[in-house]
Amino acid sequence: MDLVSSILAITVRAGTSLIFATVGEIFTERAGIQNLGIEGIMLMGAVASFATSFYTQNLALALAVAVAVGMAMAAVHAFLTVTMRANQVVCGLSMTLFGTGFSSFLGQRLGPAANNFRLMGLKAAKFSPVKIEGLADVPVLSALAGQDILTYAVYLLIPLSWLYLYKTRPGLWLRSVGEDPQTADAMGIGVLKTKYLYTILGGGMMALGGAHLSLSYTPGWSENITGGRGWIVVALVIFSMWNPARAVWGALLFGGINAVQFRLQASGTNIPAAFLNMLPYLGTIAVLVLMTWWEALSKKIGAPAALGVPYMREDK
Amino acid sequence: MSIVFEKRKSVSRAALFAVPAVSFLVSLALTGIVLLIFGTDPITTFAAMFAGAFGSAHGFSETLVKAIPLMLTGLGVALAFKLKFWNIGAEGQLVLGGIAASWVALFLGAAIPPALLLPACILAGCAGGALWASVPALLKTRLKVDESLVTLMLNYVAILFAEFLYYGPWRDPKGYGFPGSAPFPDAAWLPKIFGRAHIGLYFALGLAILLWIILKRTRWGFELSIIGASPKAARYQGISVGGNIVLAVLLSGALSGLAGACEVTGISHRLQQGLNLGYGFTAIIIAWMSQLNPLAIPFVALLMGGILVGGDQVQLMMGLPSSMGVVMQGLILFPMLAGSLFTEYRIRKTKRTPKAACVEGEA
Repeated sequence: MDLVSSILAITVRAGTSLIFATVGEIFTERAGIQNLGIEGIMLMGAVASFATSFYTQNLALALAVAVAVGMAMAAVHAFLTVTMRANQVVCGLSMTLFGTGFSSFLGQRLGPAANNFRLMGLKAAKFSPVKIEGLADVPVLSALAGQDILTYAVYLLIPLSWLYLYKTRPGLWLRSVGEDPQTADAMGIGVLKTKYLYTILGGGMMALGGAHLSLSYTPGWSENITGGRGWIVVALVIFSMWNPARAVWGALLFGGINAVQFRLQASGTNIPAAFLNMLPYLGTIAVLVLMTWWEALSKKIGAPAALGVPYMREDK
Repeated sequence: MSIVFEKRKSVSRAALFAVPAVSFLVSLALTGIVLLIFGTDPITTFAAMFAGAFGSAHGFSETLVKAIPLMLTGLGVALAFKLKFWNIGAEGQLVLGGIAASWVALFLGAAIPPALLLPACILAGCAGGALWASVPALLKTRLKVDESLVTLMLNYVAILFAEFLYYGPWRDPKGYGFPGSAPFPDAAWLPKIFGRAHIGLYFALGLAILLWIILKRTRWGFELSIIGASPKAARYQGISVGGNIVLAVLLSGALSGLAGACEVTGISHRLQQGLNLGYGFTAIIIAWMSQLNPLAIPFVALLMGGILVGGDQVQLMMGLPSSMGVVMQGLILFPMLAGSLFTEYRIRKTKRTPKAACVEGEA
């Protein structure tokens, strides 16, 4: 494989977990709920799926457990922010705090007695690349085709979630809840139900992103395996302007930064790495500034207008 | 019959005290259940945690070591939250404060008389934190850019910048490859009280009282509370909303910067890995549990510091993961967040159907 293809292959692999979580957060925010618990949910998804895979060698079950854990955590977030009207920022942060602590706790308690109850250093069933015959020799496509099943799932997830959001009736309802819950309510859309549904769905996707890390990208469990990816996702959602199709470019860019860094570290310098790593965060601030500065742009690119505002019928 | 939330005219005083206390008990119970599932006796564990954190001079000094930065960042966060400025960048402001203090200690030691070096480090730390907070403050007041995301992003920029410094240009050539700067000169070391606990404690306690006086007893504090409650009303009163927000957020950043300066001059005596231990995030829990009251913050910070040290202790003594402390901290907030509804709303059962309530709401 030539250099470009190999960098592209690493980029796509690194981008998979980011896209799962980004699309999850886009759905959540489209319903007007900001979930800053991504990092915690991804970590819990990673530890839960790895432990399941270790004990059952069943990858489908491992993914199912991760999704269930992610959905359960997101359901708590939905309950606290939608029903109990808690501050979304603080609630999301405590979800991350809890997920970080609890995944580390589980990593030292769920393992077999022979390994001192630790999950670290164990091997479990993992996703391996599935070659597509005939594409292995095509320059760029070979990089896209030599991936694992979860990455192929991402290839489907992007267009499907875009279609759902922009071309279907439930997608329109979802967007209207994030834009103008009062009007959506008057139209007979179940605002609270919608917020619950997509927050929980989004949590499941974030956990899948975590599962990709521990079952494929860096197979195994180590504490903080996400390494801050959950925060990059917060940035990616803004970068993609709440559009799943645009999430690809952001995820590829940041996956690419990862891939280039591998190369740089291999060549012995890691000083620019810190500055390369800053790019997603600085880029997000720049996008935020541009977006608010030029509010017409913000409307055009579609930041949900009622994002972060609890919906209360009684308060008028 | 359905349930209706009515906004209270004033915040319920009883709920203000009861909610944090009940939340702590709920988090104890939930952690206890987790421990039981994994076959550990929760009572013994909690007793060991308490003994580890508060039962000995050494343990208590370690609890203070963690409580000092938690108090300072907690005060900083609470001040910004008073104005509904969601500063979740205390972590980055702490790191920048640590960097600025380290810069003075490492490179200005020769130019500044020894007696003034430590005060200069401390002031530089405050300035560094304030500088870092000025970015979201100005973006918010000038361009209305969402401050929670900007402060969050700047955390990582600060952490990466510190990494760049101690891995790169500031790395100690005599450090055997250890990622950290050279040690500070003795004149830049913060005096100790006992154990590793340093006089940053006095700063934190003094500033808690000062902040309480400012918020409750001065004209400026009154203006800030009006801005926090309703920026519109403040504008009608002729209060400068933007200017006051910038000033308060600069102070908020300076408090976190001070925490960073105390960490490097009081504990590590160099800039090294481990400056960002997540204090700035725990500070948000502390500010929230204290209901943004500066006088409550030292006590809550002490409790949170104790939980962390207790977690370390049960790891040493019972082989339990030390992350148990972090799990407990996370679990305190969920019931807190659920409970805050009861301080602001009254719950009433009505016979109306939800539809009727909606129609009335529309009218």
